[in-house]
Amino acid sequence: MSALYLMVGFSLLVALVFLGAFFWALRNGQYSDTTTPALRVLFEEGRGPRQDSSKEVSN
Amino acid sequence: MLMTVETHAPHVLSCFHCGDLCPSADIESDGRFFCCSGCLTVYEILREQNLDTYYLLEAKPGTSRKESRAADGRFAYLDDEILQKEFLQSMGAGRCQVVLRLPQIHCASCVWLLERFDQLEEGVLRAQVDLLRRELTVDFASECTSLRRVVERLASIGYEPEITLADGIGKKRGFDPLVGRLAVAGFCFGNIMLFSLPSYFAVEGELTAKWSAFFAWLGAFLALPVVLYSAADFWKSAWHSVRHGAVTIDVPIALGIAALFARSSYEIVSGSGSGYMDSLAGLVFFLLLGRIFQRRTFAQLSFDRDYRSYFPLAATLVEGGQERSVTLHSLGAGQRIIVRYGELVPADSSLVSERAILDYSYATGESEPIEKKRGDVLEAGGRIVGAAAELEVMRPVSQSYLTRLWNRSAFKEGEAGRALVDVFSKYFTLGVIAVAVLAALYWWPRDAALAVHAFTSVLIVACPCALALATPFTTGTALNALAASGLYLRSADRVEHLAQIDGVVFDKTGTLTNARGNEVHCEGLNMAPREKALLAELLRNSAHPLSREVDGALAATATGVVVGYEERVGRGLRGVVDGRSFAVGSSAWLQENGIDIGREMATRRTVVHVAIDGAYRGRFVFTASYRQGIEDMLRNLAQRFPLFLLSGYNDRERERLASFFAKEHLHFAQSPQDKLNYIEQLEGAGWKTLMVGDGLNDAGALKRSSVGLAVSQQAGAFAPACDGIIDAEQLAQLPTFLRFARWSRRVVIAGMALSLLYNLVGLSFAVQGMLSPLLSALLMPISSLSVVVLTVGATHALARYLDLGD
Repeated sequence: MSALYLMVGFSLLVALVFLGAFFWALRNGQYSDTTTPALRVLFEEGRGPRQDSSKEVSN
Repeated sequence: MLMTVETHAPHVLSCFHCGDLCPSADIESDGRFFCCSGCLTVYEILREQNLDTYYLLEAKPGTSRKESRAADGRFAYLDDEILQKEFLQSMGAGRCQVVLRLPQIHCASCVWLLERFDQLEEGVLRAQVDLLRRELTVDFASECTSLRRVVERLASIGYEPEITLADGIGKKRGFDPLVGRLAVAGFCFGNIMLFSLPSYFAVEGELTAKWSAFFAWLGAFLALPVVLYSAADFWKSAWHSVRHGAVTIDVPIALGIAALFARSSYEIVSGSGSGYMDSLAGLVFFLLLGRIFQRRTFAQLSFDRDYRSYFPLAATLVEGGQERSVTLHSLGAGQRIIVRYGELVPADSSLVSERAILDYSYATGESEPIEKKRGDVLEAGGRIVGAAAELEVMRPVSQSYLTRLWNRSAFKEGEAGRALVDVFSKYFTLGVIAVAVLAALYWWPRDAALAVHAFTSVLIVACPCALALATPFTTGTALNALAASGLYLRSADRVEHLAQIDGVVFDKTGTLTNARGNEVHCEGLNMAPREKALLAELLRNSAHPLSREVDGALAATATGVVVGYEERVGRGLRGVVDGRSFAVGSSAWLQENGIDIGREMATRRTVVHVAIDGAYRGRFVFTASYRQGIEDMLRNLAQRFPLFLLSGYNDRERERLASFFAKEHLHFAQSPQDKLNYIEQLEGAGWKTLMVGDGLNDAGALKRSSVGLAVSQQAGAFAPACDGIIDAEQLAQLPTFLRFARWSRRVVIAGMALSLLYNLVGLSFAVQGMLSPLLSALLMPISSLSVVVLTVGATHALARYLDLGD
């Protein structure tokens, strides 16, 4: 039964790690803007969205 | 208007950058046409930097550059060190961060371009857009570039930051403490619950005393952060209200938490029981959830704008023939400033230039510009619409007319109507304490331990968690439903205030009528298309609102060359276009020009007469155009509330309005101060008024009324300080909104009644000293959840029934 002490300790530790991760994300501003990142993923590096990276604008 | 022209005449060119009509095909680059050189410049800058993908993401993503006033050194004040200290955030190693508000941000192209700002300006390390808030966060190396250069560069590509007196440059929002508290409470709640389960479900004798003590101590240990950190707001708020003699709902909540913790600690330390730590953590968790739900805000809207948000942060100072830009705060009496076309007069001053034409519609609601002569006093808040004017400052900004208007009326928060729950909680708290004491007294002679047990049990079970949740979940749901149909309230408690109003006050211009655009009718006007085009060309020289409206009504492509253009404010204008001479304006103006306009009909309408080559050709007649559905709305509202009208304008529309408003409730030619006084008088007489207005001229009245709603043509546009912003298109739905608010108040009452029922059941156990931790742990979440389900469900059903967006 004394294995329970260890289990309880570890389970709390794991939960604390997740709580810490949440706080880190909160402080990092991950929840302050939820609209713009959704647009950002559509941009290709250096160019526009994939379907629009035609030759028309390359000069 | 532009759209129809475009579809009917495909040969008309629209600007590749901003989509405005091109007056000619002269401004061209790479086979693309632009409406002005400003737009072309932006295009060329972006092409040079290989950033022209900007134009691929969205068609015509730019904003028109015609109005831009690119005076050199106009951002020089940004080099000011005190100002920099205030707005720049040092990130270490010579790295600075600034948050800029860019009202032009509106589409994916904007995001794409602005996040590549580091390619446009050397020294910029990172740029990040917040689309909803229209903000750009820029990190830059302070030795390579400066705040001023960043701002100037942004302005050069058509994204000029909005820097106002109110809060200068934007501020970075920090960590949200309420979410942190909720996270801790949730974490502890879950774990304590887990460790409590053994004691609830173990068969008699299965759980040894050693283990149950271990779990109980673990629970107590985990409850500490809940009591000390998560519940901190409840302690503060309860202490604050007790000190001020007002009993809010937070007082019984704090009592309940204290009783829970004290009783549980005693049980655990003495080994007499396992305590109620799970109920404690659950209680705090649910209460915080309610607070989060109630606090829902609209990031893209600002409800706190006062006159300072309209003012720039800087003015152009003239000193020894040199122009220099300085911050508005440092402006003192006696200094000379230049105010250019489109800029606001920042402080009360006297005119040094020969003459100036000002539009005071911001401050007074009067849309027709007025003319001032040398030596006249110009009150702050006027917008220069003519040539640039030189002024001498008479009073510092902080003592100007507009500023005083705001500061004079000391506005108190919380006057608008008290929340039901606060009215109720006083009696509730006294009742709970009375029951607790009675129970203790009853048991005391027989069993002292049981007396203490009953006393704390009453406080625990009566802790009004479910009661406290009824309001936030109802009003929070109502807030969302209203927002979905175009009424954005500042906060959830405004729903309750809206339910209590008993009189509605309207502004006219811009509220009942369209802000721009009267209905323009032609009377006896016969003009060839060619003549219309020439007239349109002439009118484009004038900034007068009537000129713009006639121009719009002509719907003609302007052509021709204007010579000898002359305009007299309040009278009319004249000029020769392609050899034809035009005179446009009042009857007096035409007579002055030697034109016989025939018999003039006595009229109270606004009329613009037109003569070509000395012959009278007819007139344009203006009538205010009311928003769609306004008349039905007024009829509907008039059945339920007394209606009042406060118009800054003259009484031309009196007859038309008399059918909706009682005669003594119609007030015309009201100054902003008059409006404020009138509302103050009504509120003083015990009315709970709903003020519906637009513009800055209603701002005082909006603030003073119980609920002030600002009408806005487009979401995110300027609105003065108010309790809510209503989409102009949805104004006709106002009676439905008010009905919805009233009904949602009844939902709050129903939720509170249900929670009281639970309290009574719990109390009947508690006074007998029969409250067990398991019962408490079950009752608390069941009562809370059922109240939440009832209130949210009923409010949703109500919104659907009234056909509000959901």
